[in-house]
Parts: sequence; C-alpha cells; structure tokens
Amino acid sequence: MAIAKKAIVWGLFAAGGTLTAFVFPALIALFLLIATGNVPEGMQFEQIHVFVTSWLGKVCLFIVLFLSLWHAAHRLRVVAHDFGIRKDTLVASTVYTLAAIGTVLSAYYLWMIKA
Amino acid sequence: MNIRQIELEVMRYDPEKDEAPWFQQYSVPCQEDWAILDALNYVKDELDTTLAYRWSCHMMVCGSCGMMINGEPSLTCKTFVRDLPDKVRVEPLENFPIERDLVVVLDDVMQKLHQVQPYIVRKDAPPQEDKEFTQSRGALMKFKQLTMCINCMCCYAACPQYGLDKNFIGPAALALAHRYNLDSRDQGKSDRLDILADHDGVWECSFVGACSEVCPKHVDPAAAIQQMKIDGAMEFWKQKLGMPGDKS
Repeated sequence: MAIAKKAIVWGLFAAGGTLTAFVFPALIALFLLIATGNVPEGMQFEQIHVFVTSWLGKVCLFIVLFLSLWHAAHRLRVVAHDFGIRKDTLVASTVYTLAAIGTVLSAYYLWMIKA
Repeated sequence: MNIRQIELEVMRYDPEKDEAPWFQQYSVPCQEDWAILDALNYVKDELDTTLAYRWSCHMMVCGSCGMMINGEPSLTCKTFVRDLPDKVRVEPLENFPIERDLVVVLDDVMQKLHQVQPYIVRKDAPPQEDKEFTQSRGALMKFKQLTMCINCMCCYAACPQYGLDKNFIGPAALALAHRYNLDSRDQGKSDRLDILADHDGVWECSFVGACSEVCPKHVDPAAAIQQMKIDGAMEFWKQKLGMPGDKS
C-alpha cells in the first residue's frame, strides 16, 4: 500500500491546527491584558519565569512552538497551491526548511533560559 | 398566475460548428413557481429546439441537471426563478469539457468513481442464503448522509483543487469511498487505501469546503475527506511502526 509522505506533514498540520485553535486566542488575550497593565493573577513576570525555567514548562512551550510552526508551514504551502503556484516541491522545501529552522531555534532558546 | 419575464443567457457550444462557446439570449415568460429547469424546457419547447441539456426527474433525485446558474453550481430543478434576478446566466458545469451546449463530458469522474470501488467489497464468504449482512444503527448513522449523493457533480464544479489538477480524485468519489469504508459490512478499506491515501487522493484536498456548501443533497464531502486524512495518517504510522494495518 502506498500512502503518500504527505501523511507526516498533514499529521503535524492537523495537530498544530487543533492546538493553535485553543492556545493562540488565549495567548493573544493574555498578551493584550499584560501589555495594557492588567496582569492577571499568577501571570507576574516572576511566576512566568519560574514556569519557563522548569522542564515541564520548557517541554510545553516547545510543543506549542513546534506544532504551530509546522502548522503554519503547511498552511502556507496549501495557500500557495490554492493561488495556483504549481512549484510544490520548491514551496514545500522552503516552508518546511523555515519551520525546521524555527524548531531548532525555539529548542535552543528554551534551553538557554536559565533560572 | 403572475408571469415574470426573465432574460436567460445560455451558453451554447457545438464542437462541430463553433470555435469557442458563446452566449445566446432568450426572453422567457416564467410562472412564479418555475425552476430554471422549467425555463430551459420552455426554451426547448417553444423557442429553440436545438438547445442541448441533461435532465430527467425534475425532483432532485436523478442528479442530471447540474449546471452553473449565475456562476454557482446547482441543480436547475432546485433553483427557483423567484430567488433570482431578472437576468440569469446558465452555463455548463465548471471544470468539465463541454460535450455540447449545457451538456458536459463526465467520463473522468465516472472513471474515478469506478476506481474507488463505491460498493460493498467482501473478502470472507457471503452469509448463508437465508441470512443477511448485519448493519448496526450506529454505523448507519455515521455514513447515512454520505449515501445521499446523486452524482450531480456540482461538488466537482465547485472544487478549486479539481479545477487546478484533474488527477485529483475529487469530492463525490472520495465521499462515496468513505461511505463504504465506514460500512460495517464492507471489507474493502485496505484496497481503497492505495487510491485514497495516494498523492492524488485525500492529500490534494486543501479543505476549501466549497463542495459541501454547494451540495444540493446536503452531503458533507469536505468532512469525509478530512476524516479520511486522519485514517490515512494513522495508517501511515501503523505501517512505519510495523503494526498490523487495517484489514477490513
């Protein structure tokens, strides 16, 4: 049976889509709240810092960043396709390379956050 | 009964005479309860016997009268004159070669339907003469809406992916394949997977969703295709990890 390799990137796209649909509206709302000086309970800088320096926090953030990046990459590939850009191999390798670079960078920067 | 004058702008094309399709205007006195199909029948009976178009049942069952009405793929028997402006443009279904006037060539889709085996495939021996294959109510509920497809091909006319790439299996055939994959009496899922999970199968769909929007029978091919993508992705990893695949 031949299942196209698109199953891999589609899996990441679907998982990322589900995750971002839930996480991103909350992140945007929190960002706006904090930016306007209305810091919710438990969202003080120190508390967030404690969260991102813990391993659990790092793993959670990495999953969110990694899946969002691959979701966005595949979405861009599909949008290019919908616009009639038929150079799929070029588009796919560009967007997935960007997602891969983003994945490595997010892992690196999360690793570098020290207590 | 009130009569309303409608300007029908109908695409004409005779491959033996015309170099390119062109539009012919007909002024049709429509009764208020008429569908576009009635207006076309009026043209055929009273104004121009040379107009070619397909129709049969006039009651949303046969699926032969799908056409573009003011740019939207729809059954002409289901689209009423009272819901339309005074000028109505009728064209053959988008994305298909024209056979003549409003008649399109459906060979490509017929071949694709055939490819996905939209019928019950059995590998085990059939039940004894006096017995039947059982079908649970729950399983039936899952796929019942997919059985409503009448092959009118409005979804293919609406699908931008089919417009871009004719190798794409397309909405109706994929939805019907899914209908049989979900059927507890069927054992052909692994046979269909070759076609469905291949590059031109479900993966070519970018979930625009136009197929489900235009379907006159309220089938949801877009959802069926996304469900098949999940099946395909799971099956891919099962095969990679050496786990037993879907035998049914």
